[in-house]
Amino acid sequence: MITETFRILEVNLSSGRSTIRSIPGVATYLGGSGLAAKLHLDYAKPELAWDDPAQPLIFTIGPLTGYFPLMSKTVCAFTSPLHGQYAESHAGGRSALALRFAGLDALVIIGRSERPTVLHLGANIIEFMDAGYLWGKDALATGKLLRSILKGSGHRTIMRIGAAGENKSAMACINVDTYRHFGRLGGGGVMGAKHLKAIVVEGNNSLDQPEGKQYPALYKDIFRRLTDTDMMRKYHNLGTASNLEALNELKALPWRNLQATSDPGIEGITGERFADDTLLRNAACAGCPVGCIHIGFVREKFHRDNRYVYRQVGYDYEPIFATGSMLGLTQAPQVLTVMDEVEKAGLDVMSGGVALAWATEALEKGVVTTEQTGIDLRFGEVQGYLKAVHMLAGAENEFWKILAAGTMAAANHYGGADFACVLGQEMAGYATGEVFYVAQSLGLRHSHLDTGAYTYDQSNAPKDVDKALAFLLEDERDRVILTSMVACLFARKVYDPETLRQCLTVLGGSELADNLDEAGTFLQKLRWQARAAGGFDPMTVKIPKRFMEVSTWKGQADPEYLENLRLAYAKAIIEMSRGEDKN
Amino acid sequence: MKQLVAIRMDRCIGCHSCSLACARVVHKCLSWENAGIRILSSGGLSTGFLAKVCLACNPAPCAAACPTGSLKQRKGGGVTQLKKLCIQCGKCVAACPVDAIAQDRQDRPYVCIHCGSCVEFCPHDCLEMVEVQA
Repeated sequence: MITETFRILEVNLSSGRSTIRSIPGVATYLGGSGLAAKLHLDYAKPELAWDDPAQPLIFTIGPLTGYFPLMSKTVCAFTSPLHGQYAESHAGGRSALALRFAGLDALVIIGRSERPTVLHLGANIIEFMDAGYLWGKDALATGKLLRSILKGSGHRTIMRIGAAGENKSAMACINVDTYRHFGRLGGGGVMGAKHLKAIVVEGNNSLDQPEGKQYPALYKDIFRRLTDTDMMRKYHNLGTASNLEALNELKALPWRNLQATSDPGIEGITGERFADDTLLRNAACAGCPVGCIHIGFVREKFHRDNRYVYRQVGYDYEPIFATGSMLGLTQAPQVLTVMDEVEKAGLDVMSGGVALAWATEALEKGVVTTEQTGIDLRFGEVQGYLKAVHMLAGAENEFWKILAAGTMAAANHYGGADFACVLGQEMAGYATGEVFYVAQSLGLRHSHLDTGAYTYDQSNAPKDVDKALAFLLEDERDRVILTSMVACLFARKVYDPETLRQCLTVLGGSELADNLDEAGTFLQKLRWQARAAGGFDPMTVKIPKRFMEVSTWKGQADPEYLENLRLAYAKAIIEMSRGEDKN
Repeated sequence: MKQLVAIRMDRCIGCHSCSLACARVVHKCLSWENAGIRILSSGGLSTGFLAKVCLACNPAPCAAACPTGSLKQRKGGGVTQLKKLCIQCGKCVAACPVDAIAQDRQDRPYVCIHCGSCVEFCPHDCLEMVEVQA
């Protein structure tokens, strides 16, 4: 049920003390993205380094979390190791429902534990467990050990880090319940800096629901729209991996560090190939009947007498792009094997894959040497990448330590910035054109999910800066509302504004429902204000030369259109950061 | 007489829609725990899921253990529940051989009454109402 105040647990790892805070403003900040930005503005210390113990690690859910299907995501906010500014990363798994059933709207973690620790929470639980024996363990082993140590199977989330997080890498993710991740912008590094190996949240309480028949009827109606129509079919059928063939066909799939956008090798890594040859089963986030998580298997012969191990690896479009086409790997089992190592290492798969692709081309071009890298890497050769994943996560020598701070940081140090595939952070898998390049470079999360820019590019809209800018700003605002609820963005067609208003109203949140548009506009600006507080200057953002060299189905990017759109979006961001009403 | 059977749990994707439906429709609360059917991973997500749900014992040890008659033997197996008679003693929970009865933080028990409300919310047809002889 929707109340007027947020219930927030603040945990101080330095003192070992916690407090419950009641913060007003639910109709203003909504939850999720909006609440995360507010809390970061309240807690973060822009004058201090990202890894200062005072910096907060924030998890928020929204007013609809758990009450409706696909309201199943959590927003994680922190000061990013990549750019030292406000960052948001989103994940599902069981994280959102576990927080809901622990009775929290948000969890704020400050301070730094003296020794490695596990934070164990629930509706009636706040405890710290010494985790010295877990430090150094990979993310999968850590999950297994914690599952056996703590009770609550099925109704808890286990968020943990691997070597990348322990080493404070800007590419470290937070692994959530094995197959989901707060992937981007280095949230795992923030946990590492706090000596926080894992957070276990037990969802061990129940909550009230509205009286009467209206709420269950609305739930059922939305559930039916999600499961009885073809709307979600693409997500549970081949899943996002179906995009591989489509984007390759379109000449928009990055290959070998974006030296090409299409390759016949696609045959080995299409969504259909993964489904036919490797798909073991599907899984779902808690509270989502779609089941978009695709789990592939790969087996490995380790002894001549037919002795095998087999691995189960979650796959999606982005991981296949990052560890497949980007590294020139064209066989699904090879790709799954690299992904599995990335999972263990606790690396963000997109950043990790793109960083390794840059390192490979840098070696090819002699920008760096094998003496520096300690290993030879070649596109299409899997063995090197299986080792390099751990060299990167482990920051094994000076080269890998510098690369762990970001591909552009390494390129600025060694050279090779022209072919660093970085759009704010390492690129997502869309070489679709000018609007996407600008959108990821300048987007608040530097994510392909900030806006649907890659779809806009594919619509072949005319090169009209005003129209493209209007699309970016409007789509960003609409998505901020959804990520404040916190909906899975796969459900964005179901949760149109009217449906959201119905959901909020039936839970007693008519004030939120009435204020939804205004809140969206306000929160869009608030997030940019949170980013600006850390010193973000969108005017300084550069788009590397590689993006201008490569050809898509439309030919090469138009430098004038790209530059004009970049300047227009940057100017709009600066205006929003100041809190001025653009319109 | 029909009974709920978790007949195809090897298809389960762990969405908890069944538990949420039971809590929402039968027990009028938002929960994945206070429900007659609960979903657990069988050792991490990589090993699939289990349903903790009443197996419709006949005679039912939980009904035998209930001191007030809050739980009574249901024809064909399982139990009926009269919540107002429950004194939250937890005897039924201890008596269930398969841990199918949940207890909330106020010690109230939640057991499947074989009403079938959860079935329509399973996206993979893991659950089925099966006819049995009363």
